[in-house]
Amino acid sequence: MSKAIIRLAVPDMILSPAPQGSAATATFRVEALHKSFGADPVLKGINLSVQRSEMVFVLGPSGSGKSTMLRCCNRLEEPDAGEIFIQGDRLTGPGVDLNKMRQRIGIVFQSFNLYPHLSALGNVTLALRKVQKMPREKARVAGLEALDRVGLSDRARHYPSQLSGGQQQRVAIARALALNPTVMLFDEPTSALDPELVGDVLDVMRDMKRQGMTMVVVSHEMKFARDAADRVIFMDDGLIVEEGPPEQIFGDPQHNRTRAFLSRFHE
Amino acid sequence: MERFIDTFFNAAVLARYAPAILEGALVTVLLSLLIVMAGTVLGSGLACLRAYRIKPVSILIVVFADMLRALPPLVLILLAFFGLPNVGIVLSSFMVLFVVLTLVLAAFAEEIVWAGITATPKGQWEAARSTGLSFTRALIFVVLPQAVRMVIPPLTNRAIAITKMTALGMVIGVPDILGQATTAQSFSANASPLTLAAIAYVILFLPFVIASRWLEARFAPPAA
Repeated sequence: MSKAIIRLAVPDMILSPAPQGSAATATFRVEALHKSFGADPVLKGINLSVQRSEMVFVLGPSGSGKSTMLRCCNRLEEPDAGEIFIQGDRLTGPGVDLNKMRQRIGIVFQSFNLYPHLSALGNVTLALRKVQKMPREKARVAGLEALDRVGLSDRARHYPSQLSGGQQQRVAIARALALNPTVMLFDEPTSALDPELVGDVLDVMRDMKRQGMTMVVVSHEMKFARDAADRVIFMDDGLIVEEGPPEQIFGDPQHNRTRAFLSRFHE
Repeated sequence: MERFIDTFFNAAVLARYAPAILEGALVTVLLSLLIVMAGTVLGSGLACLRAYRIKPVSILIVVFADMLRALPPLVLILLAFFGLPNVGIVLSSFMVLFVVLTLVLAAFAEEIVWAGITATPKGQWEAARSTGLSFTRALIFVVLPQAVRMVIPPLTNRAIAITKMTALGMVIGVPDILGQATTAQSFSANASPLTLAAIAYVILFLPFVIASRWLEARFAPPAA
């Protein structure tokens, strides 16, 4: 399986860490994001700028608001306040064509959420055909191409129930990739996987990074974060507590809460 | 014994009225097909409409579904057939039976399909919406196909139960199987035409019952 991934021709142009640009040049930007569930504040003002081709890793204890933050980024969860920009276009506020904007933001879920009644190819091409109105044959080619990027073009006719968890998650990634998104969000993409299947999914993500995809990843894969992330963000209690390059966050965390959280993973 | 055979299996009577029962069978088949198609389509449509969760619309649908599920179909058939002409709506007995049973099936189908829609995991909606599908497209292409698959067994059972009620058409003079049989029975003063009717119903409905078993197995939720 991983062979299929490695065989991809990869442009080597973006192997160096992405530059830390300013908010103004950010590909994806979140400003003063607030969200409460009932009387319970979950996000208390999140600011986040992601540069082009940057992989930002979001860490934090459960209940810290990581997933909610991610789900607010494409308004699956409606933020109470705050603004979201993608390449300078505003995603929040009235009059936004949300369905159009969402095609620029791919999201991968913890539980894959593949459509069980459609084949792998059907999953990948549904939005191409029904939203982008691509003709069947063109969608098929684009879909196979997306499946090829995750090393699963030979599984196009398989239904989700015939695929392993790792394969299902890769199909889910292909489904998002097929729309050529500007940024990809990952919501604990490997948490529901058996340990031996995690590697394939991480390989695909590493590959995407190499090809220059802009990514925000919520995950507990510390080793992967250390290897692949350009920047690590530590969230707690609805706020970003600390952020920096992985060497700094893992090697020399400045904040007590970050230290306490990371120590639990070093045992 | 002889008397029993003469009452239920009188050969002469059987032969004389077989063509009429056959005609009745055609009417029953036609009615059943029309009712099943119109009823499931209407019921699924109402369930979809309810998915938009527009308060007044949902209330209307629930009231409709509950009323039609609560009332005995025979009451509705008699009300429609004998009541409607008084307000200037004259429908044929065939039409009355078709409309009433379609509405009854639609009421049950709405509840069944709605159950399927609410049972479809939230993540399916989220995945669909996150790729840019509108609510309506997510409903049509992602949620409804799964919901319908899930509810095919109860839906089939309900469809069989409702189509059997075409026999109620007898009371308003629909020339279906039972209508033809009772007419023949009163002319011949013999129960054999009713035997024929029973045989005709078994021949017509047994395949559906068997098919529903097959469908049930085919669309059973995968054993996790």
